Amino acid sequence: MEEIVNNSRNLIRKGAEANLYLANWHGKKVVIKQRVPKHYRVLDLDDRIRKYRTYHEAENLYLARKYGVSTPIVLSIDDINYTIIMEFIEGDRLKEVFKRMTDEERAKLSVQIGELIGKLHKNRLIHGDLTSSNMIISEYDRIFLLDFGLSFQSDKLEDMGVDLHLLRRALFSTHHEYAKKCFTKIKVGYSKEVGMNAANNVIKKTEQIERRGRYCIQREI
Amino acid sequence: MHSMNNPNFFLGIESTAHTFGASIVSNYGKILSNEKDIYIPPTGKGIHPRDATQHHCEKSPQVIWRAFKEANLNPKDLTAIAFSAGPGLGPSLRIGATIARALASFLNKPLVPVNHAIGHIEIAFLTTGSKDPLVVLVSGGHTLITAYAGLRWRIFGETEDITIGNLLDMFAREIGLSPPSGVSVEQKASYGKKLVELPYSVKGNDVTYSGLLSASLRRFRKGDRIEDLCYSLQEVSFSMFAETVERSLAHTEKKELLLTGGVAANKRLQEMLRIIAKDHNSKFQVVDPKYSGDSGAQIAWAGYLAFKQGIRIDIDKSYVVPKWRLDEIEWKRL
Repeated sequence: MEEIVNNSRNLIRKGAEANLYLANWHGKKVVIKQRVPKHYRVLDLDDRIRKYRTYHEAENLYLARKYGVSTPIVLSIDDINYTIIMEFIEGDRLKEVFKRMTDEERAKLSVQIGELIGKLHKNRLIHGDLTSSNMIISEYDRIFLLDFGLSFQSDKLEDMGVDLHLLRRALFSTHHEYAKKCFTKIKVGYSKEVGMNAANNVIKKTEQIERRGRYCIQREI
Repeated sequence: MHSMNNPNFFLGIESTAHTFGASIVSNYGKILSNEKDIYIPPTGKGIHPRDATQHHCEKSPQVIWRAFKEANLNPKDLTAIAFSAGPGLGPSLRIGATIARALASFLNKPLVPVNHAIGHIEIAFLTTGSKDPLVVLVSGGHTLITAYAGLRWRIFGETEDITIGNLLDMFAREIGLSPPSGVSVEQKASYGKKLVELPYSVKGNDVTYSGLLSASLRRFRKGDRIEDLCYSLQEVSFSMFAETVERSLAHTEKKELLLTGGVAANKRLQEMLRIIAKDHNSKFQVVDPKYSGDSGAQIAWAGYLAFKQGIRIDIDKSYVVPKWRLDEIEWKRL
């Protein structure tokens, strides 16, 4: 493992959480996700966060797949370098894919995204950082969810509400031209998966969370 | 377009919270004066809107007078008068608005309402020369990450409860540190040695601080050293926010990172964001420290930019807007 981690690897992306390297692992194309030390944080805090997130990401990547949501398969975990080796997913990030799609294609994909989130929530899994950077559209429009570093298990309405709120905001900031339509479709897919009643409760919570933003007219304080 | 020999002048009046400020700028971005007087609450107390209002009432005539004197400008030579219409404390806002209305009416000049957050952002552009940055606005009223697209400032992340400014203020107040609390906490933190375990609450690009505030105060009552608590509070709250900034920077892939707002003056926060910017090959820029805190200059300059895009308000409709979100505003970056 050390050898692969340190040799013959190409940095493909510098995320906020970790560096991603492309490598060959026993003849298989893999991604090495290494949570490198973040020098802006003090050592103690940095170590605590990297450790916690490496474990939880690996665990929840596995759980998500168990619940029927495509995620890269975890091949190995290294708890000294805070590194996860996982399957490489061929495809483009939703961020790019959305931009080149037609309205109908986006609508269809949005419903599917809603269904995937529904599947996670139905099984008490919260992604914690749903954005268009954290989804890859692979062959045959198969959607892979990535970056489970902030994920956790919970059946609280609040946590599900925040999950949808973050996705909504990511859409409205990065894809403002068609964010509204997409989010409507995501809600449709979500409702299909978790049921109308449950979905309405979560969506109501999401709206309530939006109003917590500073200087919102409807904010109570 | 006016020639350099014939510049236009704009008066900006700021009174969203504890600062009463007045400034005159030219349409070329020259800040001719930037006068202010800050209401400082007694140690252990917060800003009481009534007392801040009283302070603004008393100080505003001299502050405005000084702004004209420093700029060496006759009020008749103004092109327009801008005031911070919100967001902020209603009673404080109304003082600035009343003065702006009176001056506009008396001098017969157009009145321009300015959003305070836009003021923080535009003065940062003016003093750094930034082009297309991811903007980080941290102050008593705001803690947010934003970028400009499609005639609007789009918010990528923000606090879901209190701001970093609120957090530091309330903490300092409760443990008896004197205002300005940001400076007091930063000073105490420099003597801190031990990282006290405090809750770290990041939700995607959002943060929440109320749990951190309660936990810090609980630790204070249990007898932890003030220096260690200030150090830990600063480290944890800034790290949380810095993490969301890094996440937004990785997502937007912006090549500039621009820090503005009152807390922008904090050296530790600057250091964290500088490291992050460097890691992502982004250029780190900070608003000129003279204009990081609330100032008339941010209102005068944003007032000129608003005026240029045709924003005016009739005196009888010039209500203040205590709740006014940055992303509600259609804004042309010229």
